Amino acid sequence: MITLTHFLIVGACLFSIGLYAVMARRNAIMVLVGIELMINAAVLNLVAFGRYDSEHYGGQAFALFAIVLAAASVAVALAIILNVYRHYKTINPEDINHLKD
Amino acid sequence: MSAIITLSLLAILVLYLGLFKARRALLPVSLLGLVATVVLYGVQWGKTAEPLYSGMVLFDHFAVVFSVVCVILTILVLLLSKDYFDKSSPHVAEYYALLLFSLTGAVLVVSFHNLAMLFIGIEIMSVALYILAGIRKKDFASNEAALKYFLMGAYSTGFLLFGIALLYGASGSFDLAAIKEYVVSNPQGISPLFYAGILLLIVSLAFKLGAAPFHFWTPDVYDGSPILITIFMATVVKTAAIAGFLRLFYFCFIPLQDFWVPVLLVMTIITLFVGNLTAIVQQSVKRMLAYSSISHAGYLLFAIVAIGATSANSVLFYVTAYSLSTIIGFGSLILVKRATGSEHFEAFNGLAKKNPYLSLAIAIAMLSLAGIPLTAGFVGKFMMFSGVLADYQVLLVVLAVINAAMGIFYYFRVIVAMYFKPLDRDAIVVSGPYRVVFFLAALITLLLGVYPAWLTGLI
Repeated sequence: MITLTHFLIVGACLFSIGLYAVMARRNAIMVLVGIELMINAAVLNLVAFGRYDSEHYGGQAFALFAIVLAAASVAVALAIILNVYRHYKTINPEDINHLKD
Repeated sequence: MSAIITLSLLAILVLYLGLFKARRALLPVSLLGLVATVVLYGVQWGKTAEPLYSGMVLFDHFAVVFSVVCVILTILVLLLSKDYFDKSSPHVAEYYALLLFSLTGAVLVVSFHNLAMLFIGIEIMSVALYILAGIRKKDFASNEAALKYFLMGAYSTGFLLFGIALLYGASGSFDLAAIKEYVVSNPQGISPLFYAGILLLIVSLAFKLGAAPFHFWTPDVYDGSPILITIFMATVVKTAAIAGFLRLFYFCFIPLQDFWVPVLLVMTIITLFVGNLTAIVQQSVKRMLAYSSISHAGYLLFAIVAIGATSANSVLFYVTAYSLSTIIGFGSLILVKRATGSEHFEAFNGLAKKNPYLSLAIAIAMLSLAGIPLTAGFVGKFMMFSGVLADYQVLLVVLAVINAAMGIFYYFRVIVAMYFKPLDRDAIVVSGPYRVVFFLAALITLLLGVYPAWLTGLI
């Protein structure tokens, strides 16, 4: 029997993996994947909680919005990363550091 | 609601104008649309506010006042943008449209009544800004700023979404009234998920506000973006972020004060010290203003630490004072940079002799940011400090006064450079729109410093 707790644990694991990918900062695409993992962990939680809200289906509707908005911001992100690559010839966030004190 | 619809349609109209190459019409149409929005808000004023669209948005006095502040600040930014982007890119319409979309998001953030609207508002506001930060496609700094802003912004979105999911799991609803009902009705049995959700929301909103320890993107992004976009980020986005923060916590989380106030208290103190100590050592005025905006985020958090009925008023006053001065500060930097090619303090040397009125406006702005009496900044700081004192947080006020003293040091460097460091230089040409904006901003700063009651009775 798969209960709510299982979903929450999977969600928390996904979130932590995403967090690690962002913190490690090896490659802008990997950071992007990490961010997606974090967002999808939240979406998983929303849908799991939504099962207990069979009156309004709020969690499911919110999940749809979250997916759409995440896709929109990824489109912008890829354009930015592409443009950065054209100038810096690298997408390692550690190497893109012209701006500093 | 009609205001939000007007804003979105206006942005689409501006895109079409760009498509049909009507470049001269862009600025007048945008300004007209924004003025119409302010009028629509004015018509709504005083009516009893009901949550609209099954409780999605609520245009109470709080929402209307902060929306109007955001719209007026955008009008000022647009006035400054005449001729600014024409040089760098042939696609000016996108610039106007994106600013308007971002403003729409900001308006949603200050008037949400459902966590879904908070999320959507923050996303609309931020995604437009990621593009705007990198709108100078051939500029290294602009690209880097866009990348850094995106990475940190999307990261904080992840926290926001996860926090909202946890709040939903505990309370069973996204509606602010229902969440409040949940908190009030079982004070003992609140699920641990709910507490975790509050912490995640604090993290993500602190990111958007630029409060330490989540401030590290702020200086680089403010420094790398085109100055006008920096103005927009430092004024409109900050206003929306603090107003949304306050709205959420004031509506829902006051009964759990004992849990989150200590967290915010620590964050506030760190923010004040980080912002001020690093601002002192800066050589570039742009970076100095960026760090000082971090410290102002700290002062703004005072209102949430001492949350109560007067918080909204003090935030409104502080944010207005801060935004007007910031517009003058960064706006004059545009002119100085255009004339000298430099953003350093030395670029302001001897400005007072050739441009006495411009220097006066800058001096007023710096005095207001430093919190000197007879300016709006002083009244704003006074309201913040007295709110915290009423809450018996004496230590916080003592630390804040030390920080205000540090602030005086670096703001006065600009004034000293302008008035006491002689240098032969050519007078800077200040075009008409810039004169209007500087005059209005300086005038309102002084008027609010003398008659604060005009603004304090609104909410």
